[in-house]
Amino acid sequence: MKKVYINSIASISPQKTYDNSMFLDKITDYNDTVIFAVDPDYKQYIPPAAARRMAKGIKMGVVASKIAMDEAGIETVDAIITGTGMGCMIDSEKFVSAIIDNNEQYLTPTSFIQSTHNTVAGQIALGMECKAYNFTYVHSAISFESALLDAKMQLENDEAEHILVGGVEELGDHTTKVHRVVNHIKPEPVTISTVLNSKTEGAVFSEGANFFVVSNEKQESCYAELVAVETFNTLPKEKVSETIESFLIENNVKVEDIDVVVFGNNGDVDFDTYYNQLSESNFSNIQQIFYKHLVGENNTVSAFGVWLGSKILKTQTIPKIIKINEIKIPEIKTVLCYNQYRGQNHSLVLLKKC
Amino acid sequence: MSELKEELKAKIIEQLNLEDVSVAEIADDDALFGDGLGLDSIDALELIVMLDKDYGIRLSDPKEGRKIFESVQVMADYIEEHRTK
Amino acid sequence: MGKGVAITGMGIISAIGNNVTENYDALINCRKGISRVENIETVQRDEIMVGEIKFTNDELIAKLNLPPENNYSRTAMLGAIAAKEAIANAGITDIKKYKTGIVSGTSVGGMDMTEKYYYKYLTEKTPQKYIESHHAGDSTQKIAEQLGIEESLVTTISTACSSAANAIMLGARLIKSGKLDRVLVGGADCLSKFTINGFKTLMILSDTYNTPFDENRKGLNLGEAAAFLVLESDEVVKAENKRILAYVKGYGNANDAFHQTASSDNGDGATLAMEKALKVADLKASDIDYINAHGTATGNNDLSEGRAILRVFGEDLPEFSSTKAFTGHTLAAAGAIEAVYSVLALQNNVIFPNLNFKTPMKEFSMIPQTELKEKELNTVLSNSLGFGGNCSTVIFSKEA
Repeated sequence: MKKVYINSIASISPQKTYDNSMFLDKITDYNDTVIFAVDPDYKQYIPPAAARRMAKGIKMGVVASKIAMDEAGIETVDAIITGTGMGCMIDSEKFVSAIIDNNEQYLTPTSFIQSTHNTVAGQIALGMECKAYNFTYVHSAISFESALLDAKMQLENDEAEHILVGGVEELGDHTTKVHRVVNHIKPEPVTISTVLNSKTEGAVFSEGANFFVVSNEKQESCYAELVAVETFNTLPKEKVSETIESFLIENNVKVEDIDVVVFGNNGDVDFDTYYNQLSESNFSNIQQIFYKHLVGENNTVSAFGVWLGSKILKTQTIPKIIKINEIKIPEIKTVLCYNQYRGQNHSLVLLKKC
Repeated sequence: MSELKEELKAKIIEQLNLEDVSVAEIADDDALFGDGLGLDSIDALELIVMLDKDYGIRLSDPKEGRKIFESVQVMADYIEEHRTK
Repeated sequence: MGKGVAITGMGIISAIGNNVTENYDALINCRKGISRVENIETVQRDEIMVGEIKFTNDELIAKLNLPPENNYSRTAMLGAIAAKEAIANAGITDIKKYKTGIVSGTSVGGMDMTEKYYYKYLTEKTPQKYIESHHAGDSTQKIAEQLGIEESLVTTISTACSSAANAIMLGARLIKSGKLDRVLVGGADCLSKFTINGFKTLMILSDTYNTPFDENRKGLNLGEAAAFLVLESDEVVKAENKRILAYVKGYGNANDAFHQTASSDNGDGATLAMEKALKVADLKASDIDYINAHGTATGNNDLSEGRAILRVFGEDLPEFSSTKAFTGHTLAAAGAIEAVYSVLALQNNVIFPNLNFKTPMKEFSMIPQTELKEKELNTVLSNSLGFGGNCSTVIFSKEA
């Protein structure tokens, strides 16, 4: 079985993360319940003729994929695999509301076509003229991890050498309104420093795209070795700890070998307990970091956690703003990412220095 | 007639999101598809809906659209002749 | 490579039957399930024909014994019915005995409820329970819940009309790599105003019975359905002395990279998908005994797919047919529906007819099998092609 490496990364998020030469050097604060991605200059990457039908999610996905491809220094890949929990919300909303508002009359095809979940992966393939394997996973908070697992299996079995993997999510106005109604979004505006202690229900909703080139050969640009990915549709709170332990044992890693653990806390008083119980027990002596206070919550934001882990392993630095506790680490060798959303769809990703 | 043509150009730009194109840049005889404005089959479907909605002309076969949407001039002529609103 | 993954159970619900037996009976008796839509109120009613499952949502709720406060979308309910049949068919009584996961394909997901309550969500309390059922993964979570699959790998693929074929592909990979001992693979999609109107805007819906591969084809009939297969590792098969229905022998996915919705004229993507699948199966094109084509009866698909088939098979074409004239195009579920039909074909050594075919297409001389035919079958190749240029092929075989 071949080893799998993350050879390049790209992130478009509510922080200015699309420039790989920086690492959360400048933080944008907000005071809100919904935060949008900081836009790169899309025009620099997408010709106007191609861009004219693209909603923001598609643009973010296409541009993030180009940044990742550029950094890996490759022209094409053996597979394009994306994850998106909610899919192309903007076009879906456009089409549904047009159906209702116009009583099924005078509907036009563009928003329907663009609403399909695999639009981003399809557009990336079109842009690259890449006829390879092209998959899209759409399973809530583990959409990205499903894509990553698929890529990993193919690379390990040497069915592919380079695979572009990513997660993308866009905000849709109506969907946001609807999620407010059921308290999945925070009732009051919060800031970076108050979100985690807000003691209220719901999260700060957001959008973004995180893409990676993963390969079974290590390149100069290598960020990390992708050791393991595992997902769980359900996991009772009291079993999280033992599940992580057996995941680590399966991968020949001891808890004390973990140098950094990346948690998916989003400030939802009902569900942050999944992480808090770990930070107070198994991982109390390990450097814990978090990120959703910076980039909000969405179905594939856990890919930002993997982005962080990769970046930390390569740069051997941890920006202060993401630290939960303060532990001295001589060398960062192993990073574990744990995420769940509303108590379901848990994921574990294990990374090692390459 | 020239009013209709101007109207069509503006509608084409708006409906098809041709952000980088202005009304002045589209000549009456410019090809809308292929090498001209570069429209494609999805745009043709969009224009078919526009014919129906704005001018009361219903096409049942998308292939008919190809001829009608050859240029703004051809479109305008067709609309003048067939419009019901 | 080359070794197949065992299929030990299957379940289905479609416009031609509520289980495997009923579907088979309809197929061999040429009974199509195309009708006017009844369960959805739509102004398009008289302009289209659909492959609709005639149960109302309330009847499905009753069938599944769901509590009144449930928030199952129609997709989830259809999926649960097919998945339960598949598990029973595989003789599985203890789901937790082996590491069991689910990979499902859907494109509609919970859109049926979203379009019904879109604005009402903002003002009315009762329908708000469906807000969380909108996203595509929800239907798969619900199916897992119905089967008691917990703390496991449960995921969803949405690659438009090739989704379920791709779910089978991932499932086979998960078994081969030892990630799971057992996996339920398939797909579910219900009819919705969203897809009815969407395909209507593309002007590819037929106002009458769809006619795959016919020169005068007028487009597709949308359908709704769900189907699942149980795949099991050799170890489980051996330990449990399992009856094997057939094998997933090969699979391939490729992208046409031609157009967001249309297939390329020469069928590049479909050609690549078939070639890859043959390679994984370690078979030659001439080893294939029957092709269950995607054959949606749109002008574009049948031409592109037909050309791709000719490119791969040349003049030495085995019998081929599309079963879409029976069921309509069931979108993300189609690959699973046709996987069940492919396995039925292998088990019974029959080729199902391509109904409604009259006139060969002018571009080539391909003529589908139009009548039920008995033939010793060892391998069946099934195509599923979708938006976004997504092309998939799965090969099923009698022998591993």
